[in-house]
Amino acid sequence: MAKLDAKIPGGPLAQKWTNYKATTKLVNPANKKKLDIIVIGTGLSGAGASSALGELGYNVKTFCYQDSPRRAHSVAAQGGINAAKNYQSDNDSVYRLFYDMIKGGDFRAREANVYRAAEVSNQVIDHFTALGVPFARDYGGTLTTRSFGGVQVSRTFYSSGQTGQQCLLGAYSSLNRQIKNGNVKMFPRREMLDLVLIDGKARGIITRNLVTGEIERHSAHAVVLATGGYGTIYYLSTLAVNSNASAAWKAHKKGAFFANPSFVQIHPTSIPQLNEFQSKLTLMSESLRNDGRIWVPKIKGDKRKANDIPEEERDYYLERRYPTFGNLVPRDVASRAAKERCDAGYGVGETGLAVNLDFRDAIKKQGKKAIENKYGNLFEMYKNITGIDSYEEPMRIYPAGHYTMGGLWVDYELMTTIPGLYSIGESNFSDHGANRLGASSLMQASGDGYFILPNTINNYLSGEISVPKISTDRPEFADAEKASVDRLNKLISIKGKKNAGSFHKRLGKIMWDHCGMSRNEAGLKEALKLISELKEEFWRDLNVTGSLNEVNPELEKAGRVADYFELAELLVTDALSRKESCGAHFREEFQTPDGEAMRNDDEFAYVAAWEYAGEGKAPVLHKEELKFEEVEMKVRSYK
Amino acid sequence: MKLTLKIWRQRNANAKGNFETYQMDNVSPEMAFLEMLDALNKRLVEEDKDPVAFDHDCREGICGSCGMYINGHPHGPVPAITTCHLSMRFFKDGETVWIEPWRAKPFPVIKDLIVDRTAFDKIQTAGGFVSVNTGSAPEANNILVPKSHSDEAFNSAICIGCGACVAACKNASAMLFVSAKISQFALLPQGRIEAKERVRAMVEKMDEVGFGSCSNTGACEAECPKQIKLTNIARMNREFYKAF
Repeated sequence: MAKLDAKIPGGPLAQKWTNYKATTKLVNPANKKKLDIIVIGTGLSGAGASSALGELGYNVKTFCYQDSPRRAHSVAAQGGINAAKNYQSDNDSVYRLFYDMIKGGDFRAREANVYRAAEVSNQVIDHFTALGVPFARDYGGTLTTRSFGGVQVSRTFYSSGQTGQQCLLGAYSSLNRQIKNGNVKMFPRREMLDLVLIDGKARGIITRNLVTGEIERHSAHAVVLATGGYGTIYYLSTLAVNSNASAAWKAHKKGAFFANPSFVQIHPTSIPQLNEFQSKLTLMSESLRNDGRIWVPKIKGDKRKANDIPEEERDYYLERRYPTFGNLVPRDVASRAAKERCDAGYGVGETGLAVNLDFRDAIKKQGKKAIENKYGNLFEMYKNITGIDSYEEPMRIYPAGHYTMGGLWVDYELMTTIPGLYSIGESNFSDHGANRLGASSLMQASGDGYFILPNTINNYLSGEISVPKISTDRPEFADAEKASVDRLNKLISIKGKKNAGSFHKRLGKIMWDHCGMSRNEAGLKEALKLISELKEEFWRDLNVTGSLNEVNPELEKAGRVADYFELAELLVTDALSRKESCGAHFREEFQTPDGEAMRNDDEFAYVAAWEYAGEGKAPVLHKEELKFEEVEMKVRSYK
Repeated sequence: MKLTLKIWRQRNANAKGNFETYQMDNVSPEMAFLEMLDALNKRLVEEDKDPVAFDHDCREGICGSCGMYINGHPHGPVPAITTCHLSMRFFKDGETVWIEPWRAKPFPVIKDLIVDRTAFDKIQTAGGFVSVNTGSAPEANNILVPKSHSDEAFNSAICIGCGACVAACKNASAMLFVSAKISQFALLPQGRIEAKERVRAMVEKMDEVGFGSCSNTGACEAECPKQIKLTNIARMNREFYKAF
């Protein structure tokens, strides 16, 4: 049985990263030119890593499924990006950011990685500013910040409600500079079909050109997955509809352990589902909770219009239950509280699956203009979709699948259990524990890509400098290519009746109903049964039109859904095995009398890293014990 | 409601395309336009027919993937939104809806409604960046930027690169797209250092990849889903003259 070695450097927490950088092996500039690195994905982590590795002089080959690297889903992040700058002199520090993340993650993340993420956060802000990212500024010309859920300081840098877009376009610009310089070769509209291993090391990938259908082989001395999360496993989520887990899943099946797959963040402030055809849920930034107050009627099933319900008949349930943090409690807490009210019959709107997010008091106090300045584009977006003017009546919101804290297991160097295979950004598991705090995903993805991976990958590559360019004529490439083509042919030759999207939708419903915001043993077992039945039906009744050798979105989708069936089984298995409630993982059997999550540190203070054991075999659980040397594990309270 | 769809079908870049007619009987006003196309595609697959190919991803108006001509307008008849945000409540029962790809020489059709927009990436690669290496940036607050400049740079920087401006332009000009990036950097001290090289390189590339010239008609501004302003083009022209 493999032993998980997180390779955490010695020394005090605050010195680990400095020590690591001072002592790690290096690759000299002349040798860097001889080494190839493949990066999959062009979000903040992938574009950042490609840029930084290109600047260092490596030969980088970068792939994305979109038509342009500028469209990766980091583009959609709204609220902001955290950094421990302490520009507001409100007692912020690297340590406090670290502590907030560890606590916010409900003590299920690795201390050393989290501290490092906090440590590089300031460099990320400096770098984006230098790249020309127009962060919001004060009248004196300095950068300004706002506060975000789950913390008591103001450390979130932002560009209106489009921070992800602005950061991503910054990363896209630095990527473009390396493309121009010839250090990065960009391959858009490519989908990774498999990872190629030679002698146990990651040596390349098989891709499908999504325009011509051509199957391609690409080799490298190391492969970096920056492929994002798997939130679309719920079908309806805040993610881009083509986001998928296939690259990570293929790597998992080749030997990369998958960690904490059941840690999925359900975001509290999404626009509720409006109709049965809906393909995605649109997020309303969490920053709205700074000024919006969340409430439901005190009377069950009250059908009056929100504005007709007098103040004394409104239940501001977050302010009631959590007086210290109020509407700014972390996402998992806010989501569960909304579900609790709606399940109890107090929800609003036609379906009863929504709560009010009300700006009446903020507008009264600060004026409409001030609210418009802060959230204008979000109010506009809400109106476009729902037809409702939120300056006049409350928004309706409901939780939606959003971010996956789980992902490929990585060590301190961000390397997976496959030598030479790295995983960065949302695709790895490392920094957010069981729950992610707002505005820390842009921070982590950028930190991983620009500042961490380019400093850790050298340690591995220093041992590869004598390995010549890897030939794609090797039998390992031929085998992987054949397996990929066989699978595509299998999907296309089922010739059943239903399209892949309809299976995806049904899978999503199973996951949402049984393995969403709250879970219990019976429901999870039921989910395993339902997934297995649906999977069987998929492989019997799927229809993929068209051929392999052309633009074929149905074929792309079918491959991704097929992988989701397998990941769904692992996700549910992980949720079943974790017999405690922590962060976003809420097991109904483990809660306090007033409905708060009950952790079990004695038995579950570990990372669950799952090893693929083969088709039809139960995955093998490996435990990485979490040792907290710096902080004391406490009951997470926001009361 | 019931709709008649006239959709441009084209097998690949070299094939000859034509409009096909599809009847949609159960369109809900709460659907988004792309969800209406999803429903059509679901039906086509069930009938073992080739579904309509179109680019789409985030479905929240920010990635810039989606883009089609709907009833003679890029992103449809409602101003300031992308196709994915277009709600079916803006259409009437019994209406005929014409759906076409972007039509511009530098954006060749790949299939049906999907076009190749790599020409845009080539322009950005030519100069749409600030040359700063990772790790060499100064402390962010060491360079102060007037809020008005920063806000204006942001208003230019929100371009999503969808290509509606090119599709709307009778000359297939990319001036609005290019000028938005030029403006963003021209307004910020970080971008000033390479301003001359940038504008020359990007304009040169823009001409090279085949976009037409600007004749100040303003269709691009009228159709831009992000309401990027024509003043960006004026600023780019000024920057261009200064660059020689």
